[in-house]
Amino acid sequence: MANIKELSARPEGLAPGHRLCGGCGASMAVRQVLMGRNDYEVVCGCATGCLEVSTTIYPDNAWNVPFIHNAFENAGATMSGVEAAFKGMQRAGKIPADKKLKFIAFGGDGGTYDIGLQSLSGAMERGHDLVYVCYDNGAYMNTGIQRSSATPKGAWATTSEVGKVMQGKPQARKDLTSIMAAHGIPYVAQATVGNWRDLVNKAEKAIAVDGPAFLNIMAPCPRGWRIPSAMTTEICRLAVNSKFWPLFEVENGKWKLTPVRDKNLISVTDFLKPQGRFKHLFKPGNEALLEEIQADVDAYWKYLEGRVEGSKDL
Amino acid sequence: MAEEKKMFSATGNQMVADAMRQVDPDVMAAYPITPQTTIVEGYDKFVADGRVTTEYVNVESEHSALSACIGASAAGARVATATSSQGLAFMWEELHIAAGMRCPIVMANANRALSAPINIHGDHSDIMGARDTGWIIMFAETAQEAYDNTIVSFKVAEDPDVLLPVLTTLDGFVTTHAMDCCVMEEDQTVKDYVGEYHAKYPLLDTANPVGHGMFATLGDGYMKYKYTQREAIEGALDVIEKHGKEWAEITGRPFDLVDAWGTEDADYIIVVLGSCAGNARFQARQLRAQGKKVGVVRPRVFRPFPAQQIVDACKNAKAIGVIDRSDSFGSAHAPLALEVRSALFSAGVQIPVNDYIAGLGGADITLAQMEQVFTELEQCAAGEAKKSITYLGIDE
Repeated sequence: MANIKELSARPEGLAPGHRLCGGCGASMAVRQVLMGRNDYEVVCGCATGCLEVSTTIYPDNAWNVPFIHNAFENAGATMSGVEAAFKGMQRAGKIPADKKLKFIAFGGDGGTYDIGLQSLSGAMERGHDLVYVCYDNGAYMNTGIQRSSATPKGAWATTSEVGKVMQGKPQARKDLTSIMAAHGIPYVAQATVGNWRDLVNKAEKAIAVDGPAFLNIMAPCPRGWRIPSAMTTEICRLAVNSKFWPLFEVENGKWKLTPVRDKNLISVTDFLKPQGRFKHLFKPGNEALLEEIQADVDAYWKYLEGRVEGSKDL
Repeated sequence: MAEEKKMFSATGNQMVADAMRQVDPDVMAAYPITPQTTIVEGYDKFVADGRVTTEYVNVESEHSALSACIGASAAGARVATATSSQGLAFMWEELHIAAGMRCPIVMANANRALSAPINIHGDHSDIMGARDTGWIIMFAETAQEAYDNTIVSFKVAEDPDVLLPVLTTLDGFVTTHAMDCCVMEEDQTVKDYVGEYHAKYPLLDTANPVGHGMFATLGDGYMKYKYTQREAIEGALDVIEKHGKEWAEITGRPFDLVDAWGTEDADYIIVVLGSCAGNARFQARQLRAQGKKVGVVRPRVFRPFPAQQIVDACKNAKAIGVIDRSDSFGSAHAPLALEVRSALFSAGVQIPVNDYIAGLGGADITLAQMEQVFTELEQCAAGEAKKSITYLGIDE
């Protein structure tokens, strides 16, 4: 992989001047993923969401690559169609047989974990040569911080409120990355925008692979997480070092987990505490909830170690 | 020329599948639903046998079917699909988007009832739900017409002055599944007629990157955009007639926006869409033999609505009966009746109109019902009032 100096010299897929917030993880995810395209030409698509509305305000368009937005729940299906057009037209001799093109769909967690899950699952199952990238900021940020199935347990959101009888979202996050791995596709990975080397490396693999690939990228939303906009990458690293958001990949069925060094290991409360969306958890009476969240994180890490062990001989 | 063509028996669905095979679109993305299934099954066999170069996408739902078609069309491909009933209803959001993004997709619809209660048989409840989505909508009366309409649809959709999606529809079971006498043109004749499709702003042209599906929320951009859509579909009527006549010239089979039978001197006229027109004409012939001046008018195109042609065909009648195969609940009139009344009113033509609903959920449409309508039209012209809408064939 190229070093950061070389990466920064690569042509930008997403131009400056878009209207995403300062510190938004979504634009960082797009830029880092597109740095991984190397010599491939790409066509990008996007589900309805912050990224789409902020980068395509007519008559402006921040995308330096061909771009399509269709609706909220169908980025997977829409990009399936774009990829199918390439294949069909190439077969009919309308596009040169040696032309290479890659297809990348972006969606937030709402458009991916929730409303777009069926469309994504279909696209992955059918084996399109398509990379689906979820920029996971853990809520419906575009409509004003409503909970999604990606919202962490205990997090405040405007539809998982904190009050006398409720302390944020009662349910745990859906493990979408494992669900995608269960599709048996050639490449699945989890990354963050704060671990750029790891992310660009994974994007390179995802784009180069012949067939479907899925990237789940933690892309913090300072507005929704109630953190300063300068903290985006730092909170990602706290997520990784607390094992809240493990970095892992599944390459042709083989699971690989990036370990957290002992000197870097922190507790999950160190990740939760800087975020205003979790501040109620630190009030007296919610100790058990914090313990439960830590136990969930530990159990998930053990589950991942089991997947690594179980697939080591593949 | 026409008499040399081999006549054979086929269902409407077979004819639609063959029309699509002859056009050989770059992409078909489809999901099975009764009574459309034999179109997609037939097409998949063409793919399996290597008779087409189409990339066939076996999507996991109708919503994804049309979503993939939109992606493929924006990419620059010639695109086809087919659906019916709940499937068309499930596509509702994407119907608007396909038209708004000016994707010239051709979609066959096997017209069928909508739930609830669930019913798999023919009527127009599904397709009438698409009437305000911006799609051009054609109704076939026969399997042969389903074939011809499907071929003409590609030419109309992709016309640079139109660039709108087209629904080429045929009635569930009566036309989709019943065997009918048909003829087919040579593959090359069809290919020459539709020609090659070159998209104006294809996504796959990476040297000239474009954005499709932009966010037009500021100022009056959205409203201007919608205005161009209205202009496009209004102008499409002439384009449909032009390309339809061109196909008629090649095939020797007539193509009219409105099929008008016996209207030159008819006092009483039934206006009806699709397969039911055959019953109406058969009964009209019986009545003509008894000296009654009756006629039948059948729009072959419903969107854009051929209002002037309807007025021209109906303007000398004493009473008109409109038979709908769907209802518009809460409206005083069902969809076709609304259009006919609006056309007459706008033209300043004052003729009494009786509204009927028949054949919902595949209920039999009988000659006796047609006779009842003609009889009531005579009574209507004689000044006998009738209640607003009559459901034919049931004890109300």
